[in-house]
Amino acid sequence: MKKQKLSSSSSSSSSFHSDRENSNNPFDALSDEIVFLILDHLLPRSLDAKSFSLVCKSFYSIESLHRRHLRPLRTRHLPSVLSRYPNLSRLDLSLCPRVSDSTLDLLSSFPSVSPSLRSIDLSRSRFFTSSGLSSLALRCSNLVDVDVSNATDMRDAGAAALAQAKNLERLRMTRCKMVTDIGIGCVAVGCRKLKELVLKWCLGVGDLGVGLVAVKCKELRTLDVSYLPISNKCVPSIVKLPYLEDLFLEGCYGIDDDGLAVLKDGCNSLKTLDISSCQSISHVGIPSIGSGYASLKHLNLSYGIPVTPTLADGLKKLSMLQTLKLDGCMVTISGLKALGDCCASLTEISLSKCAGVTDEGLSFLVTKHGQLKKFDLTCCRKITEVSIAHITRSCTALTSLRMESCTLVPKEAFMLIGQRCAYLEELDLTENEIDDEGLEYISRCTRIRVLKLGICLDITDKGLSCIGASCPELIELDLYRSAGVTDTGISSIARGCPNLEMINVAYCNGITDTSLAALSKCSSLNTLECRGCPLVTSVGISAVAVSCRQLTKLDIKKCGNIDDSGMIPLARHSQNLRQINLSYTSVTDVGLLSLASVSCLQSMTILHLKGLTASGLAAALLACGGLTKVKLQTLFRSKLPHLLLNHLEARGCTFHWRNKVFQVEVDAKCWKLQIEDDNTVE
Amino acid sequence: MKDLKTDLEDNSHAEAWAISSAQNRFPKHAPPDPDPSSSSYTGDFALPRNLQKWEDPSSILNYDTLRTQQTYTEEFGGSSGTRSAHPQNPSVRDHGGLQMNDIIEINKILEWDPRTMLNNLSFLEQKIHQLQDMVHLIVGRRGGPATMGRPDELVAQQQQLVTADLTSIIVQLISTAGTLLPSVKNSLSAVGPSLPDQQLRQLGEILSSSSLGMDAALPPQPSDGGGPKVPDQPNQVDPCGHSSNEHVEDHESKEEEDLDDGENLPPGSYEILQLEKEEILAPHTHFCTICGKGFKRDANLRMHMRGHGDEYKTPEALAKPHKDMSSEAVIIKRYSCPYLGCKRNKDHKKFQPLKTILCVKNHYKRTHCDKRYTCSRCNTKKFSVMADLKTHEKHCGKDKWLCSCGTTFSRKDKLFGHIALFQGHTPAVPLDDTKGQVGAGPSWIGETNEDAQKPGRASFSLGSDGEMQNIMASVKGSADDPASYFSPLTFDSDNFGGFPEFGRPPFEDSEGAFSFLIQGSRNYPPKRGGESSSNNLS
Repeated sequence: MKKQKLSSSSSSSSSFHSDRENSNNPFDALSDEIVFLILDHLLPRSLDAKSFSLVCKSFYSIESLHRRHLRPLRTRHLPSVLSRYPNLSRLDLSLCPRVSDSTLDLLSSFPSVSPSLRSIDLSRSRFFTSSGLSSLALRCSNLVDVDVSNATDMRDAGAAALAQAKNLERLRMTRCKMVTDIGIGCVAVGCRKLKELVLKWCLGVGDLGVGLVAVKCKELRTLDVSYLPISNKCVPSIVKLPYLEDLFLEGCYGIDDDGLAVLKDGCNSLKTLDISSCQSISHVGIPSIGSGYASLKHLNLSYGIPVTPTLADGLKKLSMLQTLKLDGCMVTISGLKALGDCCASLTEISLSKCAGVTDEGLSFLVTKHGQLKKFDLTCCRKITEVSIAHITRSCTALTSLRMESCTLVPKEAFMLIGQRCAYLEELDLTENEIDDEGLEYISRCTRIRVLKLGICLDITDKGLSCIGASCPELIELDLYRSAGVTDTGISSIARGCPNLEMINVAYCNGITDTSLAALSKCSSLNTLECRGCPLVTSVGISAVAVSCRQLTKLDIKKCGNIDDSGMIPLARHSQNLRQINLSYTSVTDVGLLSLASVSCLQSMTILHLKGLTASGLAAALLACGGLTKVKLQTLFRSKLPHLLLNHLEARGCTFHWRNKVFQVEVDAKCWKLQIEDDNTVE
Repeated sequence: MKDLKTDLEDNSHAEAWAISSAQNRFPKHAPPDPDPSSSSYTGDFALPRNLQKWEDPSSILNYDTLRTQQTYTEEFGGSSGTRSAHPQNPSVRDHGGLQMNDIIEINKILEWDPRTMLNNLSFLEQKIHQLQDMVHLIVGRRGGPATMGRPDELVAQQQQLVTADLTSIIVQLISTAGTLLPSVKNSLSAVGPSLPDQQLRQLGEILSSSSLGMDAALPPQPSDGGGPKVPDQPNQVDPCGHSSNEHVEDHESKEEEDLDDGENLPPGSYEILQLEKEEILAPHTHFCTICGKGFKRDANLRMHMRGHGDEYKTPEALAKPHKDMSSEAVIIKRYSCPYLGCKRNKDHKKFQPLKTILCVKNHYKRTHCDKRYTCSRCNTKKFSVMADLKTHEKHCGKDKWLCSCGTTFSRKDKLFGHIALFQGHTPAVPLDDTKGQVGAGPSWIGETNEDAQKPGRASFSLGSDGEMQNIMASVKGSADDPASYFSPLTFDSDNFGGFPEFGRPPFEDSEGAFSFLIQGSRNYPPKRGGESSSNNLS
């Protein structure tokens, strides 16, 4: 806009003057609708909208009218916020530690909110009761989406209150353990339009409740009844749901082969079936899956029956299957081979933690499934370079390869990955034998976004520099305990990967402030873990704090050289900080108190701070109004005033008391040896 | 005074309406070709019975109003006057009588004639409009200033009027539709004069079960629940005009158990006995010929007889009589209920005999007698047979599974079956569940964050005054001047990176906490946080 103006002004100065007189502000020419369209393109989580609203009064009001989604930090400001944003349709209260009935009352009685509100998230909120939910459900008649997960205190009355929201289409009630069949029955009768219902871990709900849901809510698309004490009895009614697409039966011990046999008679629309950890299901039931659901796309059989030719036979008819998860299953070579012969449409296979995965079976499997995109081989400890060679030769389209702890894979194998899998976006090589040369080859995967190199003791700055030089899209880098990495490597990453959001350099004890100064160039950085880096000081933290405004998670545990002077810049600049771990640092009362000005701060771990006194801690805790979780040493429990603790708990803060003794840090090699010793003992 | 006036107005209105609707009805169903035989038939047989029925205090209309009262107690709150008001309302009763009469005529005479049909339909239309007006009137009145006088009676009257007219509309609709279907016509003519009773009974059930009450949306319903189904529901034919209909379902199901055990004896293959009402209700059936004492069982009588002389002590005298008369026992005996018009009465068209005397007794008491036995626990359930009461008392109070419709179940799966079956019924959440449910933490914290008057903080500051001063002192001690640390942080003009959603100065909360700390006094001013700070963007 501005450029256009400039060009026109340069072409004729007279028109410039007249222009200027006619409209002082070029933005006057823009209608609100056009600005709305522009605002639609802003990234949802960024601060851009906020910056926009601060430009002038008219932008402020435009932004207020435009905003549909809101995720406030405190409920205290809701009245003013709600009057500012009249068109809110989604309200996410998951950051508010305390959402009481009066908040919900206020919300639902707000004239601009009650008709427009369609979605509310109370999944991490506490202190509301059935009366608050009731007023919400009754007054916000257009409510479509409600999340009350983790409302562990909610009883049937709460569920009955929710049932008054007649238009509800999506209800998530994970871990509402006190709700019984009666409450779910109310929901089933009241919310007839439900399309998605998540009852995972609602341990009070049984066959009757689930059965009634299936009888009454015929629109259901997604039903999650994982870990419920249900049996085959409710399966016939589930089968009759005409539109059911996703069914999650994880950990339903009561459902066995007979139940599965009933399932196959209906549910033609089923696309996702999760029967992981269903211990009562045996080989007998698998053919019913195969014959029943021709349209099935995603199947999860994790932690269940062994992978044998019988299983593979049962799956033969699933011609549309895309995802198959077999995590934690016993696997036989013949089973893997048979699996290779069926389900030609598979694009994602997960064999994580499967015992019995060998080169022979795996090689056969991957040669048949050349179109695989995602492959998870975590902890398949028997595979060697033979498997890797086959995988890289057949599955050239691979975008995600996870092979944590494949310890028998030699360093040469990683060259193959780098040479052949050009499309890789995610690569997990935690605890592998990869070295700098391997990394150099990996750096050919220029699209890589997530790279995990934890506990790779052979990598150094040299390899990392290659990654930094050629992987500009890197977002996440994990170097946990890869102690060969120092400032040079980190600096090259920071230079080459401007989009970096998460980095873990925990226990890379060669890291100094130079690294952090370099990382401060990555303005999107939101997670920094530099636990156990004794050379890092407050200067480095200050550098990060000043430049990385998006920082939300910071772990500086065991960085003994960080003190209060590092906390003050943090408090001043990192206003998005939500989680911090300060254990074993040199921070004192003053640093802690200054952190209180970070209004987002929700979680603090403060163990073994030598300079911390009970009174300073009390003051800091009081000052941090948004805290939801604090880890403290047990000795403070008696030192802090009882009423103070009560007060903080009433604000929505939970305390985790720890009584760990002070641990002296060991170096990486020792640590690995220790871990291996522990493993062999087991 | 004013109240009284409106009251009067209401009354007159209602009456006028009743009259007008009655008048409207007259010309319409004057049959185009009156059939003398049929009209005499109606006069001789059907009319008296209908009148008898309508004189009974529990007519169908009354039944309906009772049921609706149960369902809509809030709406028609405490309208206990209805029951008493009804029999005293002559207009309504006349109304009913006329109506029954008319219906019978219509049933008898209607042949499929498009003109008649058109007549009927236009008549129905007219009447529905009238009814609509009436309901509008009621609605308007309810919305307006409340009539303080005797609202109960008024409401009851209006209800009765509406019900009466709805009933007649529906019945006519059914019969109009009935003429179209040959099969139905047959069954209609076959069932004969008792048909209106059936229809009304069904209508009553539809009205009560659908819980729609007086809604104007009712008329279409009988078309699927009415006419054609009539022959399939033999139990409902029973025109019993007994005093209390509240538990009709119980009895019918029980009778079914007693009687319909797959026995299909052809008529005439058994001997029909009919005991008189007095015999049935007599407490004793066996009487001592010497002293006249009565007994329930023959065996008891025989035991008693021993006291009258040695001749009664012989084994023959004490033996069970009639044991040897097996040849005569071949003739099957069945029993008829003495109540005229009852389906168990031998004169009934679809007579179903009763098997034993005990069946007769139970049937007669359950169907045609008062329910004298009230459950002492719940004080609501009433029974006419002692055994029924005892059976009920075994379960009474154990029904912990409650439906929103008020029905209780002793088993959870039965409740869920019930809910799955009916639309709009919900499981009722137990009371202790609704009042409980408090979040974590003791009650004093209440609304610490939301309310400016924070009792929690107040009591906290009272309780830990000394401690807090210690804290304050130590904070001051550790940092020479805490303000120097905080001041640069507190108001940073260019710092708008707080969080994405809305602005808030970073130190707002802490400020509150600190003021509290530093004052350390018990009457710090209640803080009104929020408004100023969150507006800082504007």
